Formats: sequence, C-alpha cells, structure tokens
Amino acid sequence: MSNYFQPEIECASASEIRAMQSEKLVKQVKHVYDNVEYYRNLMDEKGVKPEDIQSIDDLHKLPFLTKADLRDAYPYGLLGVNLGECVRIHSTSGTTGRRVVAFYTQKDIDLWEDCCARAIVAAGGNKDDVCQVAYGYGLFTGGFGLNGGSQKVGCLTLPMSSGNTERQIQFMQDLQATILCCTPSYAAYIGETLKEMGISPDEISLKAGIFGAEPWTEEMRRDIEKALGIKAYDIYGLTESTGPGVAFECEAQKGMHINEDHFYAEIIDPETGEVLPEGSKGELVFTSLDKEAFPLLRYRTRDICLLSREKCSCGRTLVKMRKPMGRSDDMMIIRGVNVFPSQIETVLLKEGYSPNYLIEVDRKNNTDTLDVSVELTPEQFSDTVKDIAKKEHDLASAMTTMLGISPKVHLVAPKSITRSEGKAVRVIDKRKLHD
Amino acid sequence: MSVKQISIFIENKKGKLAEATRYIADNKINLRALSIADTQDFGILRIICEEPEKAEQILQEGGFITTTTKVLAAAISDEPGSLAAILEVLSEANVVVEYTYAFLSAKAGAYMIFRVDDNHAAAAALAGAGIKTANQEDLF
Repeated sequence: MSNYFQPEIECASASEIRAMQSEKLVKQVKHVYDNVEYYRNLMDEKGVKPEDIQSIDDLHKLPFLTKADLRDAYPYGLLGVNLGECVRIHSTSGTTGRRVVAFYTQKDIDLWEDCCARAIVAAGGNKDDVCQVAYGYGLFTGGFGLNGGSQKVGCLTLPMSSGNTERQIQFMQDLQATILCCTPSYAAYIGETLKEMGISPDEISLKAGIFGAEPWTEEMRRDIEKALGIKAYDIYGLTESTGPGVAFECEAQKGMHINEDHFYAEIIDPETGEVLPEGSKGELVFTSLDKEAFPLLRYRTRDICLLSREKCSCGRTLVKMRKPMGRSDDMMIIRGVNVFPSQIETVLLKEGYSPNYLIEVDRKNNTDTLDVSVELTPEQFSDTVKDIAKKEHDLASAMTTMLGISPKVHLVAPKSITRSEGKAVRVIDKRKLHD
Repeated sequence: MSVKQISIFIENKKGKLAEATRYIADNKINLRALSIADTQDFGILRIICEEPEKAEQILQEGGFITTTTKVLAAAISDEPGSLAAILEVLSEANVVVEYTYAFLSAKAGAYMIFRVDDNHAAAAALAGAGIKTANQEDLF
C-alpha cells in the first residue's frame, strides 16, 4: 500500500512544484485583485499590479496581511467569491475583537480535506483503519478537517468530538480505533485515564495519533507514545489558511512537510518584513495559492520557525517546517485557544478595574491553567467576602465570554503587582512548550 | 445606634497583617475589637477602634484599601442563651446577619458586633426586646 495520498505532488521534483506554484500564484493574484477590494487597495497603495507577478519569485512584491487586517475586514472584506458560492465557515475561538471568520467553497473544503488525508496517510493510515476524531467539531477547524481527511482516505471515521473521555475509551476499545486525532494535551489525558482504568496500551488497537492545535514538546510526544502505545505525529494549521493540514509530519518525525502546492511558505524578518534565506529563523508567512473563498496572500502567522529543503527519508519532497519555536507577538495558546493579553485588559477596563494585572499560565496534569491577578480598587472593596468572591466570579465570567476559556481571577491589593521600569511584565508562562 | 467598623483588605502574604496593625499602633489608636475573614487569596481585617476616621486615613496613606461600615454592637450578658436570644429577635424581625463577632472589655463589658442588612430595623427590634445597642463612645 502506498505511503502517500497524492504521490504526484508529495514527491514531485522541486522544479515541478515551483512551476505549479508560479502558475497558481499568477492566477490567484489576479483572482484576489479582481475580487477582494481590501487587498486590491493594499496592492494599489504599494503600486503593485497583478501583471507584476509573473512567478513565485515576484511574491515578495506583494503586501502582507496581518490579523489586524482580518479584524478590519471582518466579516466579508476578504471574501474572494460571492457568498452564494460559499458552503461553510469556520472561526477561531476567541473574542469579538480578534475573531477570524474564514469562508470555504466546496473546492476549498476538498483541497483542505486532501491536505488532512495526506497527513493521515503519512501517519500510516489507509482505508482499513478506524480513525477516531476527538478534536472539537463546530466552528473550530480541528474536528471537521480531520473528519474530512479521514473519509477521503477511506478510514472508518468516528466523529467523537472532544470530551466524555470514558465514552472515547469505550469506542476506542469496542470499535478498535487505530488512529487518534486530537490535541496533544487531550491525548495525554486519555492516556492517563486509560492507566487509571487499568487498561494497558496492549489492550487497545491504536497505532498512530495525529496531534496539533497547540504547542507540545518532544518530551510530551514520548510520554503520549508510551501511554497509548502509538507513534505520535504533529500537524500544523491555522484557520486563516484553512485549518489543520497546512503542514504534517511523516514517519521521520523531524519537522512537518508543508502542503506547498496549496500554501506557499516564506520566512521573513518580523522587524523589517524582509524575506530570509532558507534555513533562517524568522516569522512564517503563508500564501494560499488556490483557495477561492478566503484567499489570503502573504499572511503573517506570527509563528517563529524555520524551513528546510533537506532530503527527507520518507521520500516526500515537500519543504519542511520546524515546530514553531515561539511567537513574534504576545499571543498565547491556552487549551488550544488563542489568547492575547490585550483581550484581558479590554475586559478589565470595561468592567471598571485597574489595568494592572498579571497573567500566569501553567500546565497541571496536562491541562493548561490560566490565573489572572487583578488589583482591587477602593471603590470595589467591600467588607464581606461574599461580595469580593462575587466580583471575582463576575470578572471571570466576563473574561470567559471574551476569551472562550475560563480563567481563575484573583483580586489582589493595590500596587502588589510589580511595576517595571520599561515594558510591564504582564505574562508569566511557566509551561515548557518549546524544546 | 451603631458603631463604625473599618474593614481592611489584607493579602495572604507574610507580614501584611502585622503591617496594618503597626500603622494603627504607631498612631496610638486603641483597638477595641477585631475579626478576620479569610479566603485562599486574601483576608478582610475588620476593626472597631477609637478615632475611626483617623485610623482609616492613616491606613489609606499606607496603601491599604479600606471601607467603613456601620455595624451594631449589642450588649450581651454573661449567661447561657443570651446570644441565642439576640439572634432570635433579629430573625423574627427578618434581619439578615452577614457576620458577627464578640469582644469583651473590663470597662465596657461584653458586646456582640453584628453586620446586618438593615441597621435601623435591627436596632429597633433589639430595643423593643430590651437589648441595648452601643454608640461608638460607649465602647471606650
């Protein structure tokens, strides 16, 4: 059985891939210029016309898009087709201010599912496998993306969604699931629950896991592999580009192959925007080469990463990206959800609190914890514990609405949060996320 | 008939309680009664003292968050059932008690401090039952 889902792409020569990318880019830039007024304005401002883009070598002439652009253009401003052509949306978890809504035509979904299918086949999947998808289904891209990929491969697909761990384990055992798709922290949690239930890895049929949507370390990979008796594969993606499957890991487990027939990757200097040579560490930028509904060109991911075209033992020629090594902004990924300190600040100001706060993120029992300490003001103080506890509860609820995950709020004495001379330290992340 | 109680936000950190009481002591303000409500993160120190306005001002100058609440101080006799009797009177008057604490002084006698939802109703009910409530000066 082939180890590739689309070998003609996955193992194409560098020149074939480049020719394909150039051809798609020229078409895509024209499509965007003709249909997306927001980006046309950006191009006009920069004095770039579609005819200036003759091949992938001209990509650097195009303007960048950032999350701020997505916010400005919300919801329809970056749409490349009529709404009537769209068949679905997905959205990043998070706030009204930072929410990203991405649109898909049926063709967009097909190519996305192809990308996920490549990831599943690279993890050893084929039509005889039983693929348990324990990513959330809904606005989040994880569940639907891997579900579609799994069906394309021909796996028997178990659309479990996340949560209800005992039921997950029951299906895993009764239907002999062989591939598990979920976040790495959930995989670790399933592993712990198996242990608590006295089920050894030999008693389940899992052979592989495809885990993504949050940062995880090599150490965590080894733990999960041992707990579940599997080989664990990383997968990368972002809603802005499409969802999981922008890049995927192969059996070499050394970096993720980018599906560069659909998503062209650049590494830039986050300060200057200059494109850096291969092998340099910098910010990852993606250009969607053939997406119709939400065709983002040169989208800055803010992930710090490096690319490599070294020959891979799996036989794939697709360029590889390292697991992201950090961020060029202050975004945190907590329980799979993107969180910005500014969102917390917005809630505090809206609820009448001082903007002196400290965010502490940690990982306990493989689950991320979020604690927010906020300085109490004289107006909010009360002589009863009940009143203060209620204030903490109300503030936590307001943050939950904004962030999509619930923090623990602690009201603290005024001036007890350290002021620093220069840039305030707002975040202490105690998790070990990068090797 | 009520007395002024100062509540002070105290972080659960070593030395914070000592710091607050030191401010009061250094200004020669005599404490008559206190109680502490504590949670995992913080405590609320509640005090009855002489010159409450001055005490509150110096605590605020020291960086503490404070609030003044009017509470009832009910005289209590040294015999079984006297607390139960007071609470029954309040209960019958539909007064909600948020918290209570006691103090004893050689000069002023024994008092229960009550933080209630309605001071007027509570004081009237206690007076009707022949239970004396104190003014600030009665306590010192």
